[in-house]
Amino acid sequence: MNTNANTNGFLLKVDDLKTYFPVRKGLLRRTVGYVKAVDGVSLAVKPATSFGLVGESGCGKTTVARSILRLIPVTSGKVIFDNTDILAADSAHMRDIRAGITLVFQDPFGSLNPRMTVANIVGEPLKVHKKITGSELTEQVRLILSKVGLSADAINRYPHEFSGGQRQRIGIARALILKPKLVICDEPVSALDVSIQSQILNLLKDLQQEFSLTYLFIAHDLAVVQFTCDIVAVMYMGKIVEQATVSELYNNPLHPYTVALMAAIPKITVSTQASTHRLKGEIPSIFSPPPGCPFNPRCQFTGDNCFSQNPPLVPVAGNNEHLLACWHIKK
Amino acid sequence: MSDNGILLDIKGLCVNFFTENGVAKAVQDVSFSVKKGETFALVGESGCGKSVTALSVMRLIADPPGKIVAGEIIFDGRNLLELSEHRMRSVRGNSIAMIFQEPMTSLNPVYTVGEQIVETIRLHQKKNEVEAWELATEMLRKVGISDPGQRITEYPHQMSGGMRQRVMIAMAISCEPELLIADEPTTALDVTIQAQILDLLDQLQGQSQMSVLLITHNLGIVAERARNVAVMYASRIAELSDCKSLFDKPLHPYTQGLLKSLPRLGFTGKRLYTIPGIVPEPLHFPAGCKFHPRCPIGCNNKRCQTVEPQLRSLDNGRAVACWFAPGYERPDDPK
Repeated sequence: MNTNANTNGFLLKVDDLKTYFPVRKGLLRRTVGYVKAVDGVSLAVKPATSFGLVGESGCGKTTVARSILRLIPVTSGKVIFDNTDILAADSAHMRDIRAGITLVFQDPFGSLNPRMTVANIVGEPLKVHKKITGSELTEQVRLILSKVGLSADAINRYPHEFSGGQRQRIGIARALILKPKLVICDEPVSALDVSIQSQILNLLKDLQQEFSLTYLFIAHDLAVVQFTCDIVAVMYMGKIVEQATVSELYNNPLHPYTVALMAAIPKITVSTQASTHRLKGEIPSIFSPPPGCPFNPRCQFTGDNCFSQNPPLVPVAGNNEHLLACWHIKK
Repeated sequence: MSDNGILLDIKGLCVNFFTENGVAKAVQDVSFSVKKGETFALVGESGCGKSVTALSVMRLIADPPGKIVAGEIIFDGRNLLELSEHRMRSVRGNSIAMIFQEPMTSLNPVYTVGEQIVETIRLHQKKNEVEAWELATEMLRKVGISDPGQRITEYPHQMSGGMRQRVMIAMAISCEPELLIADEPTTALDVTIQAQILDLLDQLQGQSQMSVLLITHNLGIVAERARNVAVMYASRIAELSDCKSLFDKPLHPYTQGLLKSLPRLGFTGKRLYTIPGIVPEPLHFPAGCKFHPRCPIGCNNKRCQTVEPQLRSLDNGRAVACWFAPGYERPDDPK
């Protein structure tokens, strides 16, 4: 595999990714339509940075991650990781690629096999990909456990003996033992208690610095993403509707959905009462998305264009890094 | 209703779970009161005893293994713990209603939502079938479900999570309860839907003077919605206060740590504050103050390690359980 990460300085480049799931109906299970779970997503992640993907449940953020790893069949598009076209790679090559991209999952209970010891859970990727066994394996497991803040005696214990936060540390150790270039964190703290969340978020940041990791960070919590990420993309119904650097997005959100999403977060300041900026309605069914902009049924500013054409994701005037898909705000 | 406007008064509640591995003291000496028409928040992390407290009010603790071993729960002048099961049934779902975190599992998948709401109504009110259906439709309209006449014939799986939670609320308020216990009502929902549901609860409360006991782990929700709040840690109330004072000047080191450790919108620092260690489990509570192993003050203090501070009212109307909180210490305390 190539060692220098470029493609114009990007470690990961996703280009017009589409992942559609067929909808089958009737006796013959004929395909009657498609659910466009991911519909034309493009993103690029620089090495040693964090790219955040936020959105509400069902917006397609996890499907993007799975598509990148080819864990589900992709309909069209391009995924270039470390100069390799992932979607064109054969299965042997794909094995190598997967050693360079690892995952941290949301549920620290469901993602660890209860019958395996921590040594086996954390060491398995090394056995599979690097064929390392015996004392060298144990040594590496010990080392990575100490990096994620677990004591050495954890090695022979089982997942049920650990708390949620500690299990998440085990999951992180498993993701890092192969020294991956890209770590996809899928809601890594949303199942954890408040006092544990900050421990794990700090740990992820420390590890990023120490190992120059690149994160694709998937979350629904805008405050968490703000703390962890450099660039943030907001997804709605399979599309990116706005993307900018963290400070730009949080200081100057433009898309009506981003604005409403920020307003909906309960704030810890008693003086300001609940915001009146409320989104009406719910996310439309992805089986029958509305024509035009997918946000139009809930949007407060809708013009003619909004109901006929889907707005493209384009840079806003004066800032090439701030991308927006909205007819109204562009005017 | 007593004169001082207090609807629910919990005094010295203790709940134990008798397990194979020992007695887990899930709730210890919890006391607080909820006034008529107010939203009272019970906030804490998982396993701190907040849900067990709520279930005790409904007398829904599974016995065995659980048992309410001490305390009083005075609701509307009556101690609920002394009522017969028969009389308790007329309280449950009628004057005290409850909504849960997961609206999918708390609705029965094989009945339409209409049938489920009608069942509640007919159980508690003298209404015939037709009147009950009319009331159920009216309730669905009240909780903001469009086209209630159609929706009432649908099954839970045909609805989204937010819609199901609206149905749960419709069912809960159909008997005009005086107290609504909302146990993490929005935790399973997306933020934009969460805001809608909390707005709905506010609005219903404004119409009916219902009290809400809101159980949550989300301090943001507490700050926006509650008037008074009890912070629970390891089976006890660590701090009891009005909301504004709590967020302005938290007294207990646990509350202080929690507030500092939250990632907030607008935070631009490099690292978050962290409370070290993990939440202790009921079977392995540390001696002394249960927070002392994680506390910046208590971890090295002899008294914190050995003597557990009780929740004490301070002069300013707040209450706290910490030896080092200003105004807490009394002359005859152990040193």
